[in-house]
Amino acid sequence: MTTLTMLPRSERDASRRQVPWRRMAWVNWRQHRLTVAGLVAVLGAVSLYLLFIGRQARTFSGVAGHSLTLTAALFQVIPALIGAFVGAPVLAKELETGTFRYTWTQGFGRARWTVATLAPLAVTVTVLAGAVGFLFSWCYAPLIGGHYGSNPLDGNTFDLHGVTFAAWTLTAFSIGVLAGILIRRVVPAMVATMFAWSGLAVVTGVFLRPHYEAPLVTSTPNVPSTDWVMSAWWTRGGKPVSSSTIDQVLQRAGATVNSGSVTQSPGSALGNMSPTQYLLHHGFTQFLSYQPASRFWPFQWIEGGWLFALSLLLMGTAVWLVHRRAA
Amino acid sequence: MNVIEATDLGKRYGSTWALRECSIAIPAGHVVALVGPNGAGKTTLLNLAVGLTAPSAGTVTVLGGTPAGSPAAREGIAFVAQDAPLHKNLSVADMLHLTRNLNLHFDQGYAEARLGELAIPLDRKAGKLSGGQQAQLALTLALSRRPQLLVLDEPMASLDPLARHDFMATVMAAMADDGVSVVLSSHALAELERVADYLVILSSGRVQVAGEVDDLLACHCVLSGPGAEANRFAEHLDVVHALHSKAQTHLLIRTDGSTEPVPPGWKARPTSLEELALAYLREPGAASLPGPKRARHAEPTESAR
Repeated sequence: MTTLTMLPRSERDASRRQVPWRRMAWVNWRQHRLTVAGLVAVLGAVSLYLLFIGRQARTFSGVAGHSLTLTAALFQVIPALIGAFVGAPVLAKELETGTFRYTWTQGFGRARWTVATLAPLAVTVTVLAGAVGFLFSWCYAPLIGGHYGSNPLDGNTFDLHGVTFAAWTLTAFSIGVLAGILIRRVVPAMVATMFAWSGLAVVTGVFLRPHYEAPLVTSTPNVPSTDWVMSAWWTRGGKPVSSSTIDQVLQRAGATVNSGSVTQSPGSALGNMSPTQYLLHHGFTQFLSYQPASRFWPFQWIEGGWLFALSLLLMGTAVWLVHRRAA
Repeated sequence: MNVIEATDLGKRYGSTWALRECSIAIPAGHVVALVGPNGAGKTTLLNLAVGLTAPSAGTVTVLGGTPAGSPAAREGIAFVAQDAPLHKNLSVADMLHLTRNLNLHFDQGYAEARLGELAIPLDRKAGKLSGGQQAQLALTLALSRRPQLLVLDEPMASLDPLARHDFMATVMAAMADDGVSVVLSSHALAELERVADYLVILSSGRVQVAGEVDDLLACHCVLSGPGAEANRFAEHLDVVHALHSKAQTHLLIRTDGSTEPVPPGWKARPTSLEELALAYLREPGAASLPGPKRARHAEPTESAR
């Protein structure tokens, strides 16, 4: 039988120090290297695709723009997947397999272990997503305005650009981490992460983003296509005119109005004028509320900022939940 | 020094108390068996002691007054949870490396030597080891931390008799070589007889019996005699449990340690740890605690009849 050699008790008492943080480097590498490898592989493939499209966009922007619009919808899923596959298992796997009873009773300490596990993963995820986001911005730049006529604040792509893509990915990771400790099972936590993240993304796009700054209002009929037009309404003699009145006016002029789209019949009173020109000619004024394209970067930082703060809050809550179980 | 000391300790999950009003002081230098029926609160008490769970009421300290779950407590206590949870996808060598990184003290030489004796290959995935080997690995990881207190929750539940024997041999060797105190919960009463020298019985979240095995055995005995006289006879005695068979009644009684006069027709014999534990487990109302008696006195049993 082997014998244990004990440290003298006094030496043990003198060593009331904590296990150094750097010891977690190997632990993290060993436990998360496959996850990180998968993350790099997926984001690497996305980056190669963006490089290819970005070069194409600089030669034939129409074609590239079309395929980019299609794939932009797919890119939206990336943060949700990272949240589900990287964030959710971190704590849920420990809880589901019971290894938390091993990990959290080691000398390192559970709250410190949680911080030391989450921080490097969060940084990795954010940096990689940020790189992809800026690549997307580069790729998308030729499509803004001009022939293709995209606006950078467009809801389909705004959250794919540099700052927001990193922030949304970090948020998804944080949601995953918190879902992991609340739900304690890997697969349900993954599903919950995707739903919670998607819900937040939709709510943000519809209700929050338009109000980061008060929209500008103009009666100039032609705002640049790079601006984000949020709503339009007509007035006549300073009084607002309802859209049904506008429809009636156009119908009297001989146009067919069908759920918002106007069809001109040949030989109508509209002549060669567009419906808008016709209305402007007949004393109506159109007002537009819009977010100018110059607000793109301020909006990026506003959205990135509050998402970053939210992520810290979510991860802080997860650490607190882990810690709370200890005396 | 008390390795675990609880005062009015309680833990509630939702509206159910898993453990309540638990006051206990477990001294150092023993192999303590924590015994009780399923749901008695054994795992809860151990989880509270190792700081995995926070109490809903009362306090628990370890290693002579250190708050459970504090850094000093974590450093001094090694815990092997039920079913010996390990990272199944890590190799044995990686589990050693992991444990070494997560603790201030880790005796790599001891760990490798023990695993060598047990013929557990270092390059095998932990998940591919047999149940007995996984338990041995978890125990080796725990002992390599050179703890002052080793806490084992149902360590033998999933082991075959041979693996149980080997497992307890490792525990006893560490106890002998190193003076580590051991607290283990178990269902395997017969196995405990060989190893435990301190017994704690938990029942419905309360401590029913706590004391050194030798003392407990010294102040309990079994009287056997004709069933007809049993009731009259039992009135004068501190009966823990009465077992009535056709011809005879067996009374497990508590004595003050001195030899009591045995009435004619009755025989007295010493009890065993298993018999003693079973008697108390069958009588959740009975209690045997050190110091001033806190709990109700045992009543001669109605239910056992």
